[in-house]
Amino acid sequence: MKSLLKGGHVVDPVNGRNGVFDVLMDGDRIVKVGRDLPVDAGTRVVEISERFVVCPGLVDMHVHLREPGQEHKETIATGAAAAVAGGFTAVACMPNTDPVNDNAGVTEYILKKAAEANLARVYPIGAVSHGQKGEQLADIAELKQAGCVALTDDGRPVATAILMRRALEYASMFNLPVIDHCEEQTLKGDGVAHEGCQASTLGLRGIPGEAESIMAFRDISLAELTGGVVHIAHMSARQTLDAVRYGKARGARVTCEVTPHHFVLTDDMLASPEPYDTNVKMNPPLREAADRNAMLQGLADGSVDVIATDHAPHHYDEKRVEFDQAPFGITGLETAVSLCFDRLVHAGAISIARLIELLSVNPARILGLPGGSLSEGAAADLTILAPDLQVTVSVARMRSKSRNTPFDGWTLRGGIAATIVGGRTVYLNDDVSDLELRT
Amino acid sequence: MKDLLAISDLSGEEITLILDTAEAMREIGERPIKKVPTLRGKTVVNLFYEASTRTRTSFEIAEKRLSADTLNIAVSTASVVKGETLADTAMNIEAMAPDMIVLRHPSSGACHLLARLCRSRIINAGDGMHEHPTQALLDAFTIRERKGRIEGLKITIVGDLLHSRVLRSNIGLLTKLGANVCACGPRTLIPTGLDRPGVTFSTSVDEAVAGADVIMMLRIQQERMRGAFLPSLREYFNTFGMTAARVARARPDVIIMHPGPMNRGVEIASDVADGPYSVILEQVANGVAVRMAVLYLLAGGAEGSEN
Repeated sequence: MKSLLKGGHVVDPVNGRNGVFDVLMDGDRIVKVGRDLPVDAGTRVVEISERFVVCPGLVDMHVHLREPGQEHKETIATGAAAAVAGGFTAVACMPNTDPVNDNAGVTEYILKKAAEANLARVYPIGAVSHGQKGEQLADIAELKQAGCVALTDDGRPVATAILMRRALEYASMFNLPVIDHCEEQTLKGDGVAHEGCQASTLGLRGIPGEAESIMAFRDISLAELTGGVVHIAHMSARQTLDAVRYGKARGARVTCEVTPHHFVLTDDMLASPEPYDTNVKMNPPLREAADRNAMLQGLADGSVDVIATDHAPHHYDEKRVEFDQAPFGITGLETAVSLCFDRLVHAGAISIARLIELLSVNPARILGLPGGSLSEGAAADLTILAPDLQVTVSVARMRSKSRNTPFDGWTLRGGIAATIVGGRTVYLNDDVSDLELRT
Repeated sequence: MKDLLAISDLSGEEITLILDTAEAMREIGERPIKKVPTLRGKTVVNLFYEASTRTRTSFEIAEKRLSADTLNIAVSTASVVKGETLADTAMNIEAMAPDMIVLRHPSSGACHLLARLCRSRIINAGDGMHEHPTQALLDAFTIRERKGRIEGLKITIVGDLLHSRVLRSNIGLLTKLGANVCACGPRTLIPTGLDRPGVTFSTSVDEAVAGADVIMMLRIQQERMRGAFLPSLREYFNTFGMTAARVARARPDVIIMHPGPMNRGVEIASDVADGPYSVILEQVANGVAVRMAVLYLLAGGAEGSEN
């Protein structure tokens, strides 16, 4: 059955579209995009106001879905539900599950659960090393064969330069990028917060920005040495951004991502409004204003390639402990778009087209995924954004199984109207009244 | 004020009120019958997750002199292994309706967690590397008694600044009352970002003690060699240890303080610790009066007491 999205503001950077267009879908495919497309008999027409942005489905290349092994935090089904509620038609999930996704059995299990959930597309990321132990390479050909789209030991760094070198060399045979959790472990030590005024005052052990940038410099050098592809995950420190710029200037195959919390928040959140709130404990930590501002600058000037959430659900019980005992991480899937609109687009830092590059075009390209464009013949994965929707973040309404976010109660401008995966409306925001997409 | 979590929450006036109240409380300790009925019928739980002799005893004596019903809970690592969280322990204690909980805990911010969960008043008896507010109050009380004032004094603090909750509380308190604090220690043990008006940092102990009115020593923990903070305790003593020769660079009426427990021959020479400038045992004595004042004021002061 054909359906026509008529009259929305289409933003499709790959095809150079940024204006009012119609999008014709047939089943799970995009058939045609154009102005005032003729309507056949039998085509369902959905009128969309030009206040709404129709864009290629958003892709979050850094989420933790916790299954298998930690289903009390999140499952693939709840994570996929959170993804579509946040406007993401696809997510790439990290391998630090229990057991670790270092073999085809785990990869296939994830894909099976994702197919059962039948919401967002889920792309597994395999481990670099067996058990993420940093000793021996995982069976990378097997992981690729089973459906992994990248490799990482995320949650842990690849501690030795030689293993990272071999990983970059070996992965390049399969066109798999290595996603790099940059952390020099001895410098991080048992740190729990950014090393600076706030941590010092509160008596929290610090993690300097250099713990991240030292490893970024190392691995960018190794990307140059090997010709491999490295993607710097969840960049937090201004020195790391310098490392990425250095690498790009030299032609190294390096890309990078920033999370919404690292371009919105600073370590001031450690002290107020709620001192020692474990929902502001994440790794890498919230850094100081100079770092946050550097991330904003990098997003605006093109140095940053991707916005990814590092969605890291943790159970309420695990977070209701002493700050230094709490696990690192916050959820992100259901707050990302609102934070991006409010703090980037409406703040005048970037255009909507640039936002779509960061949230869709570039992550799809880096991981080699279908998607990232509204090209004719492509899968009908679309997100309909409501740039002026007033959103009040409420953990009680979230689809994620966990509630560990510091943004609860925040009022932000911009949100999701609907999410369409394979031509099927998998999420429709009840707060948006004038869209009739229900199937 | 519901709780005493940190000096940083107190105004200069509140600090002065506590110190003035402690003056009156000290007099109770000098009577033949060292007990008043002020907190009769109030229940105070001393919940200690770290070994402590001085602080726990000091709180307990203070509570008993005010006629509170006191209960000591020393949580061994065994029950931590059993898996009960601090939050659950606190809520169980809370269910038995104590009036106040005095908490010592190795994690910074543990008292804030308790204060969020409990209606009982929380007194911080030391949380991780964060604060030890009653120690700073008794230090200030001792300085004020000996010097007649705090404003304008040069107060030199020497030792492991990075890991010290006593330092953090003292910087907050002493700068609020107008002292000039010089914090001195090896570069590896100086925290970043604590600079503020009234505080200077130094790595030269000779410079730091020159002209000091007060010298406060901080404990050096034996395990600091492990994180490569220090080469050896011997080198530490030679470079930063408080010796009579160094004390001689301070003002002639200098007082030497230490929050305890002391490592003789590591941060302080015995002849200094036991010498005429030392007020270390006065600090211990004053601790009881200051804690009585805190307990009394948190219980509601004159309006909350029986008489």
